[in-house]
Amino acid sequence: MLDSALEILRLQSAGEATAVEIAGAALDAIEASQPTINAFTHVDREAALSAAAAVDAKRAAGGRLGPLAGVPVAVKDVLCTRDMPTTCSSRMLKNFRPPYDAGVVERLRAADAVIVGKTNMDEFAMGASTENSAFGVTRNPWDTTRIPGGSSGGAAACVAAGTVPLSIGTDTGGSIRQPAAMCGVTGLKPTYGRVSRYGLIAFASSLDQVGPIGWSVPDVALMMQTIAGYDARDSTSLNLDISHYTEVLSSHDLRGLKIGILRESMDRDGVDDSVRQATLDAADVFQSIGAEMVEIDLPHNDYWVPTYYVIAPCEASSNLSRYDGAHYGHRTSDLSDSDKLGPLVTTYCRSRAEGFGDEVKRRIMVGTYALSEGYADQYYSQALKVRRLIKGDYDAAFSQVDLLLGPVTPTPAFPLGQKVDDPIQMYLCDLFTVGANLAGVPAISLPAGLDASGLPVAVQLQAPVLEESRLLFAGAAFQSVTDHHKRRPS
Amino acid sequence: MTLSNGYPAQTVIGLEVHVQLKTETKLFCGCSTTFGAPPNTQVCPVCLGLPGALPVMNDAAIELSIRAGLAIDCSIPPMTKWDRKQYFYPDLPKGYQISQFDLPICADGFIEIPDPADPDSTRHIGILRAHLEEDAGKSMHDEAAGRSDTRIDLNRCGTPLLEIVSQPDMRSSAEAKAYLQELKLRMTHLGISDCEMQEGSLRVDANVNLHIEVDGKKIATPIVEVKNMNSFRAVERAIEHEVDRQYDLWEETGKTIDDESKTTRGWDDNAGITFLQREKEESADYRYFPDPDLLPIRLPIERVEAARANLGELPGAIRIRLAQQYGIKPYDADVIVNQGPDLIAYFESAATGSGDGKRTSSWIQQDVMRTLKDRDIGIGEFPVDADSLGKLLEKVASGELDNARARDVFAHMIETGQSVEAAITALGIESVDNSELETLCQELLDANPQVAEDFKAGKQQAVGSLIGQAKKKNPNANPQQVRETLIKLLQG
Repeated sequence: MLDSALEILRLQSAGEATAVEIAGAALDAIEASQPTINAFTHVDREAALSAAAAVDAKRAAGGRLGPLAGVPVAVKDVLCTRDMPTTCSSRMLKNFRPPYDAGVVERLRAADAVIVGKTNMDEFAMGASTENSAFGVTRNPWDTTRIPGGSSGGAAACVAAGTVPLSIGTDTGGSIRQPAAMCGVTGLKPTYGRVSRYGLIAFASSLDQVGPIGWSVPDVALMMQTIAGYDARDSTSLNLDISHYTEVLSSHDLRGLKIGILRESMDRDGVDDSVRQATLDAADVFQSIGAEMVEIDLPHNDYWVPTYYVIAPCEASSNLSRYDGAHYGHRTSDLSDSDKLGPLVTTYCRSRAEGFGDEVKRRIMVGTYALSEGYADQYYSQALKVRRLIKGDYDAAFSQVDLLLGPVTPTPAFPLGQKVDDPIQMYLCDLFTVGANLAGVPAISLPAGLDASGLPVAVQLQAPVLEESRLLFAGAAFQSVTDHHKRRPS
Repeated sequence: MTLSNGYPAQTVIGLEVHVQLKTETKLFCGCSTTFGAPPNTQVCPVCLGLPGALPVMNDAAIELSIRAGLAIDCSIPPMTKWDRKQYFYPDLPKGYQISQFDLPICADGFIEIPDPADPDSTRHIGILRAHLEEDAGKSMHDEAAGRSDTRIDLNRCGTPLLEIVSQPDMRSSAEAKAYLQELKLRMTHLGISDCEMQEGSLRVDANVNLHIEVDGKKIATPIVEVKNMNSFRAVERAIEHEVDRQYDLWEETGKTIDDESKTTRGWDDNAGITFLQREKEESADYRYFPDPDLLPIRLPIERVEAARANLGELPGAIRIRLAQQYGIKPYDADVIVNQGPDLIAYFESAATGSGDGKRTSSWIQQDVMRTLKDRDIGIGEFPVDADSLGKLLEKVASGELDNARARDVFAHMIETGQSVEAAITALGIESVDNSELETLCQELLDANPQVAEDFKAGKQQAVGSLIGQAKKKNPNANPQQVRETLIKLLQG
């Protein structure tokens, strides 16, 4: 099993394996895992092998190789790919092939990564369990009766299953960190604007961010180095130099670093003991390698989830208007009884009714309501005001500490089907993660142990905007003295 | 308060004018804005609203909007932002239009127009705001021979529009027309828009109602918005139609603005009537909210002031200056200014060369503009440049050429593109020296003794009959000089 990108790079440069052999192994592993895990919506064996062959040829010719040369990478099916379907795990886009690559996908190709396929997700990235997919649920490799988390469930599960070393996820309210936590892998949500959103099919534009998932911090740093940076095609992209993410990892001495532990939030009802204990244990580890630990609070924590569940659906209701059956995507074939509304309105209504799943419809309706005349001030404008308060909390906290430590999820992975019919319970999975999205700060999920039944538990570090390197530095230091990230599902 | 048709009422008109900005590329992507390309050939993922595509602001549209705002005396706020206006329509690919809601790029301006009812006075028309937005595509319905196809052309999607919203300050269709003419002139003069109504680069919606006087009190009729008129004439006619229709309806039903909300009507140009488009019950909720894909735009005062400094002279000021500087009538200055900046420059250059503004103005309005019209070309393509026309007219002013000969020379220059001198040579025009002219005149007097007798009897005009004969004998003879020479000989 090849689970480290750095190891894959070493094997190739040492002449011990070719890119084609590595891609072949990854593709075989994917094929073997699909019936149980179902992490992928699309795998293109031929395209992957020919991309790998091109890397081998380039190496043989003495050409300059990119930083991810020959590394198999999986991409969440919310990012546009020119040569593969891009479905958002929705019936609506089942047959959609974009005529262009997302900015991140371009960068991966330019880095000579071998894109093996597209990973399963909650439809349009809405969900916390990857149960809202038109292509079937993805299962957790640690326990296939359980969910892998979401919405980047496929992206986390394929890494956890050891089929690829790295994958690309997206995080609107925790969708990278939460499944990474539940699958026992490392996931980074970068600063809003640090990675291009061009070609990322929008869920909630002001919150969405693309980021890497891998087994360990050094691998995640390597991919971050590849995908971060300015893209003129995304107006919210930050036109600033990027840090040398891979160069900050060598020192494991955290002396001088002040970490705030979010004790108040983790003592809430519904937070599993294993999660609380893992956070306290992680605090001890950070202290043991030199960090100063202090207790800190983000006062508007209680408003995170309600604020998020107003803003995200409002933006989603707007972003998803384009799926109307007129220009591309699913169009109804049933125009019977259309006399009342006329064929046009009937086409819209039925195409959307047939194309979208329940959770997407629920959020479109919530967002449409919250933006409508007479309610916008009460809900949307109010949520924007609270969002500013939440940002203010982060600013105040980061004036005292360098990093924030807390849980990622309230519980380890729960059984498939447990929360499907209870949207509020499902939304509470985002309890600890949505703050980083509302404030735009970077955050990382680090494996931090196993609970009594052997399921992964994780901790989250959050940093001020643009301080991804601080997260990676502290995360690598943590992983240098712990082995949680080395555990594998049996 | 009486309408022209005698009603005891006042017409109240506010106009919303969509002006297509003259940018090379669309508002949020690099696609061309050229008119008339084959359907769906000027499109990309961004203007098609494909999943994952993101808008990127075209700064040229911002610059043109600032110029437009300054040209209509608007203030330009330090910050402006983008909002989404949501509605479903097949030619709106994203399901929302990127527009501006509460922070438009231009606010609170005005235009002075000549008062159609009083030539010595002007009217002040307030401008509420002007905001930037993207255009939608075009649906083409093919209902011929039982078909019910709709084809959608998205070439126009994302084309930048500036929507200029006036205050309800106009009181007649003539004022509405004058406002539109002045607005169009400023926009075309400053290169902000072509304002070609046939191509849809200027579109007008009119909000109309009546204030009727009843027993000394004012009653307002419900407001009607007449959408998408495609000529100034249509705007005038639609307003006049609405005045009659609303007055009759009020007499019939007594309904006022308090009884009925705004309705939307279309204009049928052939029938000359407006017709109901949207029922009042379906008041649209556009669910505006700030577009999270686009950052707010800062417009520093320095940028606005730089644009103001680069704005140049506005048409109103040019009109006054041309009249004063070149001694032409205000009416003639108006005709020249209405032709646009290139013709103004042509006139100024030719008038300076000829030293005779009046003559230059009259030649340009007659000879030059007729040729432009006949050939359907602009002044930039006119074969005789301003310097050459100036030289030609200078020769007329100095008596070297008479008007008729000058027209021959001018015609030759237009045909061949030759210089004034080359054209004169080519036409065999030579100046006639004095002794030659005297000989010619003496011969004519000898042959026509009656003329000398009539002259001596006090009939100076008698020499006129000889001028024509002189021209026949020598086409180069200047009639004025012939007259002077004849008189000199007769008096001598």
